[in-house]
Amino acid sequence: MKKIHIDKIKEAVKKLCMEANFFLPADVKESISKAKEKETWPMAKDILDKIMENIDISKEEMVPMCQDTGMACVFLEVGQEVHITGGSVEEAVNEGVRMGYSEGYLRKSVVKDPIKRVNTGDNTPAVIYYNIVTGDKLKIMVAPKGFGSENMSRIKMLKPADGLEGVKEFILETVKQAGPNPCPPIVVGVGIGGTFDRAAFMAKKALTRPLDERNADPYYSELENELLEKINKLGIGPQGFGGKTTALAVNIETYPTHIAGLPVAVNINCHVTRHGEIVL
Amino acid sequence: MDIRIQTPLTEDKVKSLKAGDRVLISGVIYTARDAAHKKMVELLDENKPLPIDVKDAIIYYVGPSPAKPGNAIGSAGPTTSYRMDPYAPRLLDLGLRGMIGKGSRSREVIESIKKNCAVYFAAIGGAAALMAKSIKEAEVVAYEELGSEAIRKLRVEDLPVMVVVDYKGNDLYEIGQKEYLDSIKL
Repeated sequence: MKKIHIDKIKEAVKKLCMEANFFLPADVKESISKAKEKETWPMAKDILDKIMENIDISKEEMVPMCQDTGMACVFLEVGQEVHITGGSVEEAVNEGVRMGYSEGYLRKSVVKDPIKRVNTGDNTPAVIYYNIVTGDKLKIMVAPKGFGSENMSRIKMLKPADGLEGVKEFILETVKQAGPNPCPPIVVGVGIGGTFDRAAFMAKKALTRPLDERNADPYYSELENELLEKINKLGIGPQGFGGKTTALAVNIETYPTHIAGLPVAVNINCHVTRHGEIVL
Repeated sequence: MDIRIQTPLTEDKVKSLKAGDRVLISGVIYTARDAAHKKMVELLDENKPLPIDVKDAIIYYVGPSPAKPGNAIGSAGPTTSYRMDPYAPRLLDLGLRGMIGKGSRSREVIESIKKNCAVYFAAIGGAAALMAKSIKEAEVVAYEELGSEAIRKLRVEDLPVMVVVDYKGNDLYEIGQKEYLDSIKL
């Protein structure tokens, strides 16, 4: 039995909120850098160059890479042997977000009610997902999600007869329709199977997988590669002005599903694909 | 070759710009996004004056992050423009001459740009720390209660943007993609 006090959770979340906004994950930065080297279209190369410059400025000056510092998506992986003490985990996570977004001079982009739309003033509440696993560790991941890309995401309940071709078509159509809006080059998170909500969750979780890591199942890793190639053939390019690099990666997650269903969710992320994690 | 433009953005300056041009804007521009546009259009519906003079003005669609002490502004890249599409034609009809954002505009907005001899610029989305370097002063001039969504008056020096929709209605999002795809066919 491992005891973890909520103060540790608060501090960790606070730190991760700031770090995720200032420091791009190494795999994402590497992917953009490689894309810049390969890019032949002049305007596209120039844009990728400015994006790399922005990443450096952010890191050096500890200012957000993007002014949309996002809604805080927090994933908690709680070991069964862990005993959380000192109060409510949910309140601790939200307090960590509150502190991180204040101390980090991050933007407060959350409204309390989706229709009435009054800003909560502190970027809470976070969107929190809990997973219970074996062991005595508590893993926390904070992935701020900007809504330029979020708004271009889509989900569809395909029928089994639509099959693989239907899945591919939906993913490609989603990227096509999004065009320049989600700030290409994008990362495409895909969830196939499960239920309506599970597919969407998988698509979001897929965005946190390192960009150089393919799905463990060769059938799906091949699909990821095929879709990445097809997406880049669209020629949308960085910021939508044409070029080789429309997407940096396609990450697919799957789950068993119902005999009558084939849910497919596509969660788009921009090039500022942010996440940070810690194990307590 | 970057074209330097000094505000106010008059009609003759707009006519010198075409889709694909790289422009450096200096002078005074205003910020406004969803909430402020909604409020402004409500004022227009009630025949009330706007809090800013839009004639020959440029509006930058941005909700900046808070400024660190000593800085004029926080990170300040563009927000996605299509959300302002329902409001833009009303302001263009009143003389708004330039909009800076990112992403495609609707047919209606492009027609309004042509009709009113205006221009739509794009800034690089996600290069917000870099964009902020060109913003020398920022002052809230309306709707302070909206926080990041307030209308701010910015003094900018060489703010880097691209002409996306020029006064003739040429759209760089269409042209750029097509030119690239044609180039790889050869």
